[in-house]
Amino acid sequence: MPDSHTIIHGASEAAHDAHAEHPAYLRHHFENTAQQADATNFAMWLFLVTEVMFFGGMFTAYLIYRNWYYPAFVAASHQLDVRWGTLNTLVLIISSFTMAMGVWCAETRRKSGLVLCLVLTMILGVGFLGIKTIEYSEKIEKHHVPGFHYSLQSFTDPQSDPAVYAEYHDKALPLDMARHTEVYFSLYFALTGMHALHMIIGIAILVFMIFRAQAGAYTSGHVTFVENFGLYWHFVDIIWIYLFALLYLISRHQ
Amino acid sequence: MSHISPTIWQFLNKWLTNFPLFPPEASKIAPQMDALFFFMVLVSVIGLTIVVLLVTSFSLLYSQKRHPVAVQVEGSTLLEATWTIIPLGLFLIMFVWGALIYFRVYTPPANSMNIYVVGKQWMWKAEHPGGQHEINSLHVPTGRSIQLTIISQDVFHSFSIPAFRVKREAIPGRYTTVWFEATEPGTYHLFCTQYCGTNHSQMIGDVVVMTPQDYKRWLDESTSGMSLAQNGERLFASLSCAACHNAKPDARGPNLANVYGAKLPLSSGGTVTADEAYLRESILNPSQHITQGYAPIMPTYQGQISEEGVIALVEYIKNLNSDYRIEQTLNTTDLLPGSEGKTAPASAGQASPKPAPQGKVNQ
Amino acid sequence: MSATIVSLPDQSTARIPKMNYLTKENGLLSWLLTGDHKRIAMLYLISLSFFFFIGGALAGLIRLELLTPQADLMATDTYNKVFTMHGVIMIFFFLVPSVPATLGNFLIPMMIGAKDLALPKINLLSWYLYVAGGILAIYTMAAGGVDTGWTFTTPLSTHYVNTNVLTTGLAAFIAGFSSIFTGLNFIVTIHKMRCPGMTWFRLPLFVWAHYAASILMVLATPVVAIAIVLIALERTIGIGVFDPTKGGDPLLFQHLFWFYSHPAVYIMILPGMGVISETISTFSRKRVFGYTAVAFSSVAIAVFGFFVWAHHMFIMGISNYAVLVFSLLTMLVAVPSAIKIFNWTFTLYKGSITFETPMLYTFGFMGLFTIGGLTGVFLGTSGTDIHLTETYFIVAHFHFVMVGGMLMAFLAGIHFWWPKITGRMYPEKISQLAAVVTFIGFNFTFFPQFILGTLGMPRRYASYPPEFQVLNVFSTAGATILGVGYLLPVLYLTWSLKYGEIAGNNPWQATGLEWQTQSPPLTENFTVTPIMDHEAYDYEWLEKQKEKEVTHAG
Repeated sequence: MPDSHTIIHGASEAAHDAHAEHPAYLRHHFENTAQQADATNFAMWLFLVTEVMFFGGMFTAYLIYRNWYYPAFVAASHQLDVRWGTLNTLVLIISSFTMAMGVWCAETRRKSGLVLCLVLTMILGVGFLGIKTIEYSEKIEKHHVPGFHYSLQSFTDPQSDPAVYAEYHDKALPLDMARHTEVYFSLYFALTGMHALHMIIGIAILVFMIFRAQAGAYTSGHVTFVENFGLYWHFVDIIWIYLFALLYLISRHQ
Repeated sequence: MSHISPTIWQFLNKWLTNFPLFPPEASKIAPQMDALFFFMVLVSVIGLTIVVLLVTSFSLLYSQKRHPVAVQVEGSTLLEATWTIIPLGLFLIMFVWGALIYFRVYTPPANSMNIYVVGKQWMWKAEHPGGQHEINSLHVPTGRSIQLTIISQDVFHSFSIPAFRVKREAIPGRYTTVWFEATEPGTYHLFCTQYCGTNHSQMIGDVVVMTPQDYKRWLDESTSGMSLAQNGERLFASLSCAACHNAKPDARGPNLANVYGAKLPLSSGGTVTADEAYLRESILNPSQHITQGYAPIMPTYQGQISEEGVIALVEYIKNLNSDYRIEQTLNTTDLLPGSEGKTAPASAGQASPKPAPQGKVNQ
Repeated sequence: MSATIVSLPDQSTARIPKMNYLTKENGLLSWLLTGDHKRIAMLYLISLSFFFFIGGALAGLIRLELLTPQADLMATDTYNKVFTMHGVIMIFFFLVPSVPATLGNFLIPMMIGAKDLALPKINLLSWYLYVAGGILAIYTMAAGGVDTGWTFTTPLSTHYVNTNVLTTGLAAFIAGFSSIFTGLNFIVTIHKMRCPGMTWFRLPLFVWAHYAASILMVLATPVVAIAIVLIALERTIGIGVFDPTKGGDPLLFQHLFWFYSHPAVYIMILPGMGVISETISTFSRKRVFGYTAVAFSSVAIAVFGFFVWAHHMFIMGISNYAVLVFSLLTMLVAVPSAIKIFNWTFTLYKGSITFETPMLYTFGFMGLFTIGGLTGVFLGTSGTDIHLTETYFIVAHFHFVMVGGMLMAFLAGIHFWWPKITGRMYPEKISQLAAVVTFIGFNFTFFPQFILGTLGMPRRYASYPPEFQVLNVFSTAGATILGVGYLLPVLYLTWSLKYGEIAGNNPWQATGLEWQTQSPPLTENFTVTPIMDHEAYDYEWLEKQKEKEVTHAG
């Protein structure tokens, strides 16, 4: 990324250039649009680094407890439906594709294309949340929500849960190890809940962007907002891919 | 001493006794720690003096009146190296010296006498192996290395004896240990130093150091009848541990005689030394600590035993070197393998205790 | 002390420039919706001062209680709430934002020749988040307070108190995001908005220090955010990550908490060190000795600061070998601070030194930070930490570095840049008096606490054994003197807004782009983007500049 001093040639020339290209979206504290785009892009990358550190704390907790209570993590992970998880992963990957297409549309000034891509991305995002709701309600039904009448029955007596038992044929866990499944579910809800919160915020911003895109705000040269949001959306997608692998895919085949 | 005037020495002595700058040294490690502390004070004083002298002298020599035009000096690699390497060297000396002391404080000698300490809001409970219980006080003899095995029943506390220069956190869920050897009879402060709620500042007490004879007399006077190990044996029987942990060839659990300190192969691979922490964990979280060759069927006793109960069981197992009495229990209570810990019918007139119903056993 | 470098314009004809950032727009909304980094800095200054005095009042209550060995002034529960809120407010709502949010916000764009920070709206959002967190903190106090200590140790905070842990945690969480956004803004600005010719090694050391602190703000703060979230979940629905009966580990919280809270102390001190570089250079009329060493040592402190967190946990049952590693790394992180102290000292060598108020605070900083930093080595040495940890030695250590160090640097900076910010000089004699009173009061308050700690007096105690009383009385007496020392600046700085001498552009004859503008500056700082064609702290360049007029309007 070029430093600011290579963009500007000199004080008086800078003044001339600034008047020449001074679109409405250029904020006054920037010398030119290139500097503005560069700075805001860098800011978004930096923000994503803070998000990595934010999720990192929970990933650390996951690492430690999975190491300590592996059998409990395996049994608890089997309670998650890997088909929903795979579908969700596909949904998000496709939404990242539509988002990337949206960025391309913005850069090539295709307004209707951009709006379509943003709408598709939003629909896919909402679809993701819908599937998550289905999964969460299933967890609630089976009393696998820590702190709310958490039930150990599926782990101490696997055959009481025919659907999961048919797939994995898990052995019964001893009581103390079965209790540790609650730690798994705590991390499951904390991680996916935090991820879902980021999705909700992303969808809200998408709605805002759809209206602005319809008004032509992003297809007249000022694409940085769409680009930076794209970065955010891809980041949320990548976090999900890690969550999918770590939460859904623990020892599926014994 | 002969060089200091007796009057001045008296005065210094009186001053230091009434306005001490550090607590009495009442343990073997205290003078060692104080030596390091004084070294650090010395280094700090010298360092501070150097900085203050430099700043003062430069300020006077180069004040605007005396030195109206500043001379731009970019820097000096030699000086940078000097004040990087010398502080680093001094800090590393302190690091090594301190690490040696740290390891010394937290590595108890093998033949230490073990006293258990349980902290709870807002009191300290000390349990001597002979069964003597104390609250907010700790009686110890001189001349003996003493290990404290500490645990908390609720929140973090910290067991601190400033006169001994030892301190250790009391953590819920795991044992921590520290050891010392007391040298000076007397009464010293005992503090809780980890903020633990409303009466944190009242969680204090006395450490009473006694000569060995006085200590023995105190032990005899304050015994409550049964030692920790004897209490543990009662619990062992009432919880029907002998149903699996006996010396029978088809026993479902490993034999516990002489297990303390042994290296055990685990079913998950690897070996572990059976110390207090392992014994405690095996009672509360057995499925992670199964010895090789045994099925993971031991139930957990989490929630059924208090910390004192666990301590009693641990003490019992530590001192167990034969299965004779366990065999006796089996023979007299029909507690055969296969009863799976269910309450057995009471025996007729034997010395063995009635098995208690399942439920919290408080000691 | 009659020698001075102050050079003011002729007071009979001098006027505050009519057009400046304060007069550009009027009305409350123009302030509350501003994007101007200077106005935001002023908003921060007012709210920070407000919270500082609340925290200070709480400190006064603590010292009053500790006059007597018994817990007789207030119930122990109340005392516990008082020291908790003192810690929460002072750390999250004063120390962490102090220099960055006021002086950093105001000066960084000017020092690099930019018109504003990269993200002005985010800057304003930072302030609103700070105020929201602060209001929550005040609400917590009104609603009965919280008594977990600012460290929120589990399981005490999750299962054993019924006070307002969640609201306090939320307040700290929100304040954390304020900090993250400030740091993010600074990093982007310093990378992307330097004027032509402003290479990294021509930056003032104030900017280097803020850059290093911003790295810490951005990378470390999210971890404490997640720690607070986990505490909230544990407390509300009992998820069990920190509960040993459910297989969790309370030590995990300690690791997550201290992973932020140790870098946090460097977030607090580094900007103060940046101020010291500026003042010591100006009042010696010399480039800082070993510029490169000081710049790199700031970054070194930031990097090393990430790897020492477990020195707060030496007696908590972590393995002896972990203790070895963290103790060694702590020794390493102490060295760059020593390097700075010596470089600042040698800046005085062959300089031309005057003793205006900022310089007095600077000297105070150097002495007190040296003591505080060295006592940190006592604590980083594992062997002595056993005896000294969790006692008043720790309390004395962090007050020496934070109050004797950071707060003195903050006051140095406020006085140093007051003419630039307001266009007026503060009254010199009374400010020098305040500096000396603060220094004396500080030593009386906190030096006895080193002795108390060595004697074994634990921290967070409402009552204590009677033999500790004499030293506690000394400490409280000092605290009253210290309070006077802090009240005086509020009074005379406010007075100076109306009656202070007109300062002109560069009353200190300092180098630095901010001094080439009018006082107070224009909203856009510079009418023409400056070009940096000289090194930082170039006093010879300054001599040549004295003839030239500098851009200002009206």
